Amino acid sequence: MSKFKLKKSTHTPEVSTASLPDIVFMLLFFFMTVTVMKDDTLKVVNELPNATEIKKLEKKNRIITIYIGKPVKKFEESQGNQLKIQMDDRFVNLADLGSKVLEAINERPEYIRGFITISLKVDKKASMGLIDDVKEELRKINALKINYTTYEGDTYKNLE
Amino acid sequence: MASREEAPKVNAGSMADIAFLLLIFFLVTTTIETDAGLDRMLTRPNIDVPPPIPERNILPILINGQDELMVDKTIIDLKDLKDITISFLDNGGASNESENYCIYCQGERNAKSSDNPDKAIVSLMSNRETTYGVYIAVQNELVAAYNHLRNREAQRLYKTDFTAMEVLYANAETPKVQKDELKKKIRSIQKLYPMKLSEAERQ
Repeated sequence: MSKFKLKKSTHTPEVSTASLPDIVFMLLFFFMTVTVMKDDTLKVVNELPNATEIKKLEKKNRIITIYIGKPVKKFEESQGNQLKIQMDDRFVNLADLGSKVLEAINERPEYIRGFITISLKVDKKASMGLIDDVKEELRKINALKINYTTYEGDTYKNLE
Repeated sequence: MASREEAPKVNAGSMADIAFLLLIFFLVTTTIETDAGLDRMLTRPNIDVPPPIPERNILPILINGQDELMVDKTIIDLKDLKDITISFLDNGGASNESENYCIYCQGERNAKSSDNPDKAIVSLMSNRETTYGVYIAVQNELVAAYNHLRNREAQRLYKTDFTAMEVLYANAETPKVQKDELKKKIRSIQKLYPMKLSEAERQ
């Protein structure tokens, strides 16, 4: 007979879950702080390119955003699959873009109208043709300060 | 009098569930939005013809429909663009008797390249078929070239980086006195290497 009795635990010890709320709260606070509520519903595919030499856009009320890209699946039928311009929540024709931007500028308080920046959020697969046209329209209405909005990251990813 | 019974403990077991609920809500609604990018000024629509600029003061960069990059009639790789741009901007080719002589330039002083940074113009031309991602990559390299030179001068004059000064200037917590001083410094560096980047309209 062996002298040693095999210790046999009757049941596996439970993992304490007391710290689970703390972990979850940590995650929660992280997401709460990084969340930016969306202002516009995107109707175009909008994967921005990467850049490293970027500057932060300050003062939200001085920014007007123009989205350019191909319509998302839902709108493919009604809008086709060519590049489209979106402002606020609507598709805008190139011909109307100037007046729409002016309208948006005039909604802002008078003292900041001279400092408006146009943020161009363009899909990285878009071709330059339409973007050149958009810049030309902006030049016509004298909205000269633009910003090519990008993600921060390696630019060589853009080439893929 | 009998001592009061201990207050009953609130069961905290469901706290995790509540936190999970909130967490999932924020996870779903989060779009980590970007609010940064490359700033650029468009040129004014001009009616009158601009004065002719000597060819040595222009660095022509072309991107064709197949996303190939061409500088000065040779096809180059994107990773070489920054160095080419820096040597062009920093060339300071004007002779030291002329009024355009650039004292702070450290370039080759090639008479066939730009006279001084103030005269040097980078002209970026793209095709209608060029991909936007590639266009941004090129723009990024050009900005990097300017930033490199501006940082060098800022280090020499103020012992700090130009880009660091810009970040500090944009920060809302920086006191006003410091901001005014920074503005002066930023202006002076920008004057040494003004960003003359023309996004030429296609012909």
